[in-house]
Amino acid sequence: MSGIAQQGSQPAGDLVKIRGLSKWFPLTKGFLEQLHFEGGKLVRKRESVKAINGVDLDVKRGEALCVVGESGCGKSTVARVVMGLLEPTAGSIEYDGQRIDDLSAERLMPYRRRMQMIFQNPYASLNPRLTVKQALEEPMRFHNPGIGNGELKDKVQDVMDSVGVDPSWRERFPHEFSGGQRQRVSIARALMVDPEFIVADEPISALDVSIQAQVLNLMMDAMEQRNLTYMFITHDLSVVEHFGTRVAVMYLGSLCELAPTRTLFETPRHPYTKALISAIPKLNRDRPAHIKLIGEVPTPIDLPSGCFFHNRCVYANDRCRVEKPELHSVDGGCRVACHGVQEGRVD
Amino acid sequence: MTRYWHLFKDSALLYSFGRDKVAMASFSVLLLLVLLSFSSPLIAPFDPYDPAGIDIMDSDIPPSWQEEGDPRFTLGTDAQGRDMLSTMLYGTRISITIGFFAVLLQSVLGILLGLAAGYYGGRIDAFLMRLADIQLSFSTLMVAIVVLAVFQASFGTELYNDLAIFMLILVIGIAEWPQYARTVRASVLAEKKKEYVDAVRVIGLGSRRIMLRHILPNTLSPILVISTVQVANAIMSEAALSFLGLGMPVNKPSLGSLINSGFEYILSGSWWITAFPAAILIILVLVINLLGDWLRDVLNPKLYKD
Repeated sequence: MSGIAQQGSQPAGDLVKIRGLSKWFPLTKGFLEQLHFEGGKLVRKRESVKAINGVDLDVKRGEALCVVGESGCGKSTVARVVMGLLEPTAGSIEYDGQRIDDLSAERLMPYRRRMQMIFQNPYASLNPRLTVKQALEEPMRFHNPGIGNGELKDKVQDVMDSVGVDPSWRERFPHEFSGGQRQRVSIARALMVDPEFIVADEPISALDVSIQAQVLNLMMDAMEQRNLTYMFITHDLSVVEHFGTRVAVMYLGSLCELAPTRTLFETPRHPYTKALISAIPKLNRDRPAHIKLIGEVPTPIDLPSGCFFHNRCVYANDRCRVEKPELHSVDGGCRVACHGVQEGRVD
Repeated sequence: MTRYWHLFKDSALLYSFGRDKVAMASFSVLLLLVLLSFSSPLIAPFDPYDPAGIDIMDSDIPPSWQEEGDPRFTLGTDAQGRDMLSTMLYGTRISITIGFFAVLLQSVLGILLGLAAGYYGGRIDAFLMRLADIQLSFSTLMVAIVVLAVFQASFGTELYNDLAIFMLILVIGIAEWPQYARTVRASVLAEKKKEYVDAVRVIGLGSRRIMLRHILPNTLSPILVISTVQVANAIMSEAALSFLGLGMPVNKPSLGSLINSGFEYILSGSWWITAFPAAILIILVLVINLLGDWLRDVLNPKLYKD
């Protein structure tokens, strides 16, 4: 199932280009609390949570790029920065050749309708005071001020049909729907403006397992019918295997490995990816032994020197402790950020 | 429209109202007071604003059931010979009007400033909330007394008497905006983190539209609750100011100024001039507060009462 994305008729190429993206959240403290005595001197120290640290990532037209990683590794922050909900601390985001992270709200508007977002929690992502119809009409009316009522009604009907929500329920409020139905409505809202790029921030992790498959299939159908490009944030590796064309693995706000889905699952290169893949429960007996990582993820306030993973990595040497590895290409279309892989220390 | 009527008819609010005797009784009393006072020009036996209709010879007549009572004046007359019942009806109307419009002014100011503070955050928030702190550190009455006294002294009592009702609304309205601003800000802080706000930001809506159309409707329940309490408070403030002689003038008395005007005669036996308006004031404030309590319980889902 991992190859569905290549059917798009648009020319292949990069739709979104993320370069050197960083996002630091200052730990809000008063001015007086920032002052510290150090060596007899009064210094002002500002701490921040370093959620993303220099991420380079391209989203190709027509693909479903999955971003995986454990909680707190910055994958949702990447999604929010790409969508313009957060301002990046450093780095740039290009959309279809145009830099968008420094555009004014007004000049960003044409891009707003080309990219949409689906959120994690279907109980919070719909305004409880708006009916489904109002929620769906709003983006359409906003981006097409002159649209007629009949046309709008047809469009709502069309989109509701395509996500599998009965259009006769359009006058209902979100609390009258189940979680899965709400997520369908919020997918419908994203589809209303006919976007080409959708960022989905863990869209199924708040749903029942039985509903997860339905919503996932719905998203894949929409992708095929509408030539969508997805950036899919998730921590569920089985979903990645089912859904993604390429996978980006994140650890502590930086990218470890970027590889086509099948390659990543068959031959993970980065030590962290290896540990991650080995943690997937499997039924067969001859699976490789579960690699157990030692220790905890370091705090993103005080990042380790060199490779962020070095203090939990069995292959780490002195170079890893000092020098931060860059992404470099290895065979099979993979890009790995690891000195060990580059030097051939890691098999 | 019919849809909204159905929603209202099936709502938990109405259901709980039908089962709560205190709420029903309070609401009936409030409705009765509002209806009676606002139809006072039609039902009142006398017009207390018409000097020609007042005879000084009728002053200080006790209620009609007492020995010296006069059947024309059911609840007696005040020191100027005005029929107590009519004056109270007109006075209640003034009190309720001032209470309502003062709260309207408070809520508009407070909601706008609270929305801005909560949504924009940062310096705007810090500035507005410090302003609210400063405002709250002066008591409403103190601010009102200073403003009204200065106004009266500089523009003369004549002009003041004409503008008294507007001045009271303005002063009480402006003095109490922080109550709303703080409540609204707190709700906005909770709401703006929810994903539906991000969803409309992704669509590209402007912040004003997000605040008014998406966030504000979700902060309405606390606003509704404090509004009821604030109406009662505003009526009380007006009564207190009138009692101190800074409120409604003697020829257009509110409940507070009636209580005040009777206070001089209470020791000489004319208790009715103070007692009746005081009773009405207490009942009015009490039922509004009871309704507010009920509303707070109903709109708070974490509080279940059987």
